[in-house]
Amino acid sequence: MNRHWEVLFDFARRPSSGTKREVQAALIALLLSLAFGSALMLVVGKSPATVWWAMLSRTATTPYVLGQVLYKATALVLTGLAVSVALDAGLFNIGGEAQLTAGVLACSVVGAALPASTPAIVALPICVLAAAAGGAAIGAAIGILRVTRQAHEVITSIMLNAIVAGMTLWIGNTVLFQGGTTRGPAIAPGAELSLLGLGGSPANAAVLLALAIVIVVWWLRARTTWGQAWLAVGRDVDAARSVGISVGRIQILVMTASGALAGLAATSFVLGHKHAFEEGLGRGMGFLGIAAALLGRAHPIGVGIASLVLAFLSTGGLAVSDLIPKELTEMLQGIVVLAIATAAPWVERNSEGAPA
Amino acid sequence: MISAELDKRYGVREVLRKAQIAVKPGSVHALVGENGAGKSTLVKILAGVIKGDGGTLRVDGSERSVASWNRAAARAAGIGIVQQHGAFAGTLSVVENAVLGVEPRRGPVLELGDTAAKLAELGRRIGLPIDPLARTDELSLGAAQRAEIVAALHHGAKLLMLDEPTAVLAPVEVEGLLKTLRTLASEGTTIVIVTHKLDEVRAVADEVTVLRAGETVATFASARDVGAIARAMVGGNVPTAAQAPRLRDDAAPCLALERVGVGGALHDIELSVRAGELVGIAGVDGNGQRELALAIAGLVPHGGRVRIGEHDVSRASARARLACGLAHIPEDRHHGGLVLDATVADNIVLGRTDVTGRFRIDRGRVAKFAGTQVERLDIRPPEPSAIVRALSGGNQQKVVIARELSRPALKAVIASQPTRGVDLGAVARIHEQLVQVAKAGAGVLVISADLDELLALCHRIVVLLRGRTVGERTAGADGWDEQARAALGAMMTGAQAA
Repeated sequence: MNRHWEVLFDFARRPSSGTKREVQAALIALLLSLAFGSALMLVVGKSPATVWWAMLSRTATTPYVLGQVLYKATALVLTGLAVSVALDAGLFNIGGEAQLTAGVLACSVVGAALPASTPAIVALPICVLAAAAGGAAIGAAIGILRVTRQAHEVITSIMLNAIVAGMTLWIGNTVLFQGGTTRGPAIAPGAELSLLGLGGSPANAAVLLALAIVIVVWWLRARTTWGQAWLAVGRDVDAARSVGISVGRIQILVMTASGALAGLAATSFVLGHKHAFEEGLGRGMGFLGIAAALLGRAHPIGVGIASLVLAFLSTGGLAVSDLIPKELTEMLQGIVVLAIATAAPWVERNSEGAPA
Repeated sequence: MISAELDKRYGVREVLRKAQIAVKPGSVHALVGENGAGKSTLVKILAGVIKGDGGTLRVDGSERSVASWNRAAARAAGIGIVQQHGAFAGTLSVVENAVLGVEPRRGPVLELGDTAAKLAELGRRIGLPIDPLARTDELSLGAAQRAEIVAALHHGAKLLMLDEPTAVLAPVEVEGLLKTLRTLASEGTTIVIVTHKLDEVRAVADEVTVLRAGETVATFASARDVGAIARAMVGGNVPTAAQAPRLRDDAAPCLALERVGVGGALHDIELSVRAGELVGIAGVDGNGQRELALAIAGLVPHGGRVRIGEHDVSRASARARLACGLAHIPEDRHHGGLVLDATVADNIVLGRTDVTGRFRIDRGRVAKFAGTQVERLDIRPPEPSAIVRALSGGNQQKVVIARELSRPALKAVIASQPTRGVDLGAVARIHEQLVQVAKAGAGVLVISADLDELLALCHRIVVLLRGRTVGERTAGADGWDEQARAALGAMMTGAQAA
């Protein structure tokens, strides 16, 4: 089983040597998906040029659609970073769903528990930390199971996705949901993040938080001994161990941080948009984060760009729903992942020297 | 028999540039050159294991297309190859591996009994005894290699290529193998042997082709003038061996082991290395050397006590041991020594918080430090931002050496196979570094399967056999004599306990 997963996700774990090659891989993947997408459009009898142009122009000129793209990208960049940071350390975190849900739950419960008069300067940090802590708890559990019990993180995170989803629904049903709805009590007004005011879209100030996190992750990764240690563990566990890096501790820390990142995506949903716990809030974003991390080649800046691209593909699809079926745009996202899986090894084979 | 002029590139790297070789039937042809010269690539192309990019190829007098030359064509032409890292699948038996792809059948049923008997008989006849029914992952490296040679001959190989066959063998086994190769040649089999050990070339070869940086730089019609061959290999004068420093009688122990044991692999090791002393651990691979190094480095759980300087580190972590003044050069730079896809600079400062700073990396300091180390060890290309994977084996090893031997306040060094698969120029540089840290007052433990390396470097040599120390010898006032060498060689194979 172990072996199986490793082969399957090897392309994602391949270390990122050479920025040029990375960009090449991502671009080839994008072009491949554009080609596939165009073919699909032809199948449904639409001119690809018309559809792509409509997607672009409508997104660019309609504030609401643009806002939707940003709103989606905000969450995506955080769940994407969660996956990419774990990949850096050689771990495959597909528990983004559970971590995000735990973040939503923690953030909304803490937000609602705060007195209504709590000022923003207190309420916001508390709720942001709660979101991170919720996700971190799940991530830490996966990391600890991996290090102390040798339980493969892919298995445990799949199982935790199911467990957390069930637990959250149960908690919602028994204590949170208000009078027959699937919505919990409202959070303190001080904890609300302001909207960006893009045509009534839910795009909100969490996008700034996401941007800041991209920069922080980039800095940690490139400029600190922590980052070097986690990259070393991902690239060669034996080498890391032999220079005195405590591999187990790094793996637990990275999974915890990874969970916290996924949990932080909750801030956009809860603090920025819904202002309360809602059943199913953020669902699917954890999984889509895997696509963002793969397309972004597990580099923080790349993940940022990839999130925008994926958000555009899915939201832009809505903007052209009069031209093509919605299912087609959903397929596009899957095609992007398939394309990156095929493009990366191709680029590597053509540029990497083999030992003589 | 076979002659070729071949080109091969990997990405932007030219590995072979019109590399020429011409092998006469019935001869033993040595293909020599430093690591990274392209020897393995050349024989692999000739045997059809990998594809050449261009050039010409003549086999048995007829012109063959390089583009369509593959393993099947080579096999049909009677070309067998025994590769450096073995090609047998571990969970199968010798005979199962030997028939892989050409399974003999009786009706629909696999028929192995005949083949097994034939293999055993063939092995006995040519002096390479094998057990056809043994699982290959349970064989020693030497036995697995014998099995591959026998299997290749069983398939009717008229031309047998051996890629660094002696790298994994004990001195006695090497002698046996070379003798067998001579016998095979006298019976008409043509042999191409890839090596960088000149004493083997002298012992066995009729003709010699020297590769340097992907080009054929010289050919010799006999192997008599090894000096000239060595000069052709390195393209200049052969570097001289480093000299161990004089040992002070009152030197304090830097590294002391008491009853150290690891599982079933290592038992009751008592060993002490004094300041300035170079102690060698000799032995055939797989006799507990690996466990010994890992135990001292704190990378496997072990029994007994380990002391570094004044500190008892028996229960300390790997990091704590490094902090006590230990340096560890792991035996395999590809598994444990280096992060291959990181840069030279990143590898030199990997885990070195004394250079990088504790949290934020001081990039100016790292660049300066890496630059100094690259220059000091003559790492090529002299480019700290180069990706380590693209370096030759010798230069990769220098990166490991640069990181480990530049640690501050060194007390003890474990160097496992410090020059394995490393070219002559780099060997000299690495030996010089080990001697230098010993002179500076560290105790150095060198673990090597190459007895000559230990004799060139060490004050004292301890032999490890089946996880136990079975004897030791100390260099005399004017170095090692032939008698000590013979005794150590005998101990390594268990022929003599001392």
